[in-house]
Amino acid sequence: MTDRSLVNIAFYAALIAALGLVPPVAIPFLGGVPITAQTLGVMLAGVMLGPVRGGLAVCLFLLIVALGAPFLSGGRGGLGVFMGPSVGFLIGWPVGAFVAGLIMRSTRDMPVLVAAAFAAAVGGIGIVYLFGIPGVSYMTGITLPQAALGSAIYIPGDLVKVGLAAIIAQTIARGLPSALVSRNGS
Amino acid sequence: MTSIYLPGNSWAHVLPASVKLLFVALMSLILFQAESLLLFIAALLLAVACYASLGNPGLKRLLGLKGLLYIGAIILAFHAWTGTMFEGVTMILRLAAMILLANFVSITTRMDDMLEAIQPMFRPLSWFGLSGRKPALGIALVLRFAPHMLEVYAALQEAYRARTGHRNSWRLIAPFALQSLRMSDNVAEALSARGSAGGMADHLQKPRKNTGNGQ
Repeated sequence: MTDRSLVNIAFYAALIAALGLVPPVAIPFLGGVPITAQTLGVMLAGVMLGPVRGGLAVCLFLLIVALGAPFLSGGRGGLGVFMGPSVGFLIGWPVGAFVAGLIMRSTRDMPVLVAAAFAAAVGGIGIVYLFGIPGVSYMTGITLPQAALGSAIYIPGDLVKVGLAAIIAQTIARGLPSALVSRNGS
Repeated sequence: MTSIYLPGNSWAHVLPASVKLLFVALMSLILFQAESLLLFIAALLLAVACYASLGNPGLKRLLGLKGLLYIGAIILAFHAWTGTMFEGVTMILRLAAMILLANFVSITTRMDDMLEAIQPMFRPLSWFGLSGRKPALGIALVLRFAPHMLEVYAALQEAYRARTGHRNSWRLIAPFALQSLRMSDNVAEALSARGSAGGMADHLQKPRKNTGNGQ
């Protein structure tokens, strides 16, 4: 691992942390559900860094949260959050970033905007909920459909983030192409 | 801002981090296997007693977690829907006990000590020719980058407000991304110029406490 890889990984881990400090936005037409920006960082890590480095960036972020940094949205942190009902989502984050990175890498011939939107949707929503919903069900004893229903209120907000991730990836690909690591070299 | 650690000298602060981590691991093993309501109530009382033993600051931290009540109410509502109220109460008590105990360990352990305690977990990195200190360097970089990013964004916001009178816009995303990415480029170059992260492998054997710069 080169210095640049390490710095890239730390950069996206820090971005996820910084996005967690952004106050949640309650969007009125979505029933006032608070939307946090944090998963945008998870999507971007995978889309921008590719599978391995993107996944590692999310792992580094989770490690720092486990050590006690209050970097999860709402100022949460420490070991307690890994015992909570939403632990499945946290486990899904690095996997989601990994899958998003894989998709970015295997769609090199597609425009960045389209590929990034696809990668962020599959990795950042599909995979994350695939881990998150059974996690909620296991931790709280409610049924899977109930857990899915309870989590579904966040999907509109996640779709907004998919759009943002795609626009940001496109912007960076134009302004600083070397930063789109997922498509450079191996 | 960078830690939920609650400074102090209580019995819980004095215990080694590794002991506290083992305690959490053991408790989660026991509580997630068990189905006994009494055991969960006992664990919850133990957790509350732990916070109380820290005095007022500890109790304040406990009150700071009252957002969990809201989540508990939602879980209970779902259980009421399927007619499994008793199971719901049991599950919530178990969750509450686990969260409170794990969080208690976090608020009484410094991040440095926590990192030191899990350092053996990174030893396998050396099998791949990587320094076991790389995670520590990564953590230090993250703790430095995160506030810097917020500064960059705040500066852009201020300039934007001076120009337009509006506070925020999607137009700030591009300059923010490019400016902060360039900053990370500079850091990568500076790191290489100073002998690179790989050079840290040489210091692996020295029992030097080098992780404190993250605090």
